[in-house]
Amino acid sequence: MTLTFASDLGPLWPYLFIFIAGFLATEMWRWIGVLVGARLDETSPVLGWVRAVATALVAGVIAKMLLAPGGSLATTPAALRVVAAGAGLVAYLVFGRRLVVGVAAAEAVLIAGWLALDP
Amino acid sequence: MSAEFSGDAPSHEPATSHRPRGGWFLAGVRAAVGVPGLVLFASTVGFGGFAREAGLPLGLTLLMTGGIWALPSQIVLTGSIAAGSSLVAAFVAVSLSAVRLMPMTAAIMPMLRGPRTSRLRLLVLSHFVAVTAWVLAMTSLQSLPREGRAAWFAGLGLALAGASVVATGLGYWGAGELPPVLSGALVFMTPVYFLVSMSGAARSLTERLALAIGLVLTPLVGLFDTATDLLWGGLVGGTLAFLIGRVVGRAR
Repeated sequence: MTLTFASDLGPLWPYLFIFIAGFLATEMWRWIGVLVGARLDETSPVLGWVRAVATALVAGVIAKMLLAPGGSLATTPAALRVVAAGAGLVAYLVFGRRLVVGVAAAEAVLIAGWLALDP
Repeated sequence: MSAEFSGDAPSHEPATSHRPRGGWFLAGVRAAVGVPGLVLFASTVGFGGFAREAGLPLGLTLLMTGGIWALPSQIVLTGSIAAGSSLVAAFVAVSLSAVRLMPMTAAIMPMLRGPRTSRLRLLVLSHFVAVTAWVLAMTSLQSLPREGRAAWFAGLGLALAGASVVATGLGYWGAGELPPVLSGALVFMTPVYFLVSMSGAARSLTERLALAIGLVLTPLVGLFDTATDLLWGGLVGGTLAFLIGRVVGRAR
């Protein structure tokens, strides 16, 4: 029998499902990270490598969120999302490295493009 | 270097001040108030709406934000539930989306622990490792005295998580009320914020390369395999960036 979220296993089953497939599936990596990190020295080259991998992984998450989003954002062309995000990054770098400026510029380009394409 | 991340970055505090733990905890709470916190709040509103559209009850949706505390993994789990995936398939998909939490946690631990921080305390604190808190901590922790770091991170994490649970509820409640452009703009905020703040935080050649290669390589791998693209993009991209950084560093 295949266990799914919709399986009729009592009122606590949805919570157990989220506990196993949500909490345990994410928290175990944090716990392993604590155990690995306990052996790392702040100046060791291994830590440099771990940081580089972590940074590349987060970059990958960003790319996936931009290229394969959920909800109504998925109806916009990918090119618009990439251009808007790029505009935000450029605005951030050019106008004094302020986060607000970067996020606002990206949102402005996205919304303007969205309304222009789909009035 | 943390000044641009939040208006009241703790780097302005004298590094030699001897505050009680409660003081550091409150300083962490204050660090959560600002642009990063606002963006996280806005994008978590987006998640609340997404979960409601997928048919999840409110209580479970709130538990997911507090208990998983990693937006991409929450979205993967919600998607798996909506698609009727089996428990095993959902567990595997969420695990793959969360592998990044391992190196992120490992990288922050040497900075976070003080002289007498117990392993148990670090295990509990590790729950707050997620992109927003991670970026803030990586840029701020080094300017804080060691004995205050764990309490500061606890304050930061609890404030961000608490606000996010509220944001999830708001999004759940307001789903369907928002015009599609607005809800899309909220969802868009997360990747843009991550992109801009990570670029700001990346000071070394290795970190910049890791960011750039990860951004490009992961979608390329994704053309062939969307289940493990993050893993390969991260491992290969990060290793490549690390090696290039070392070779260039030696040549200088």
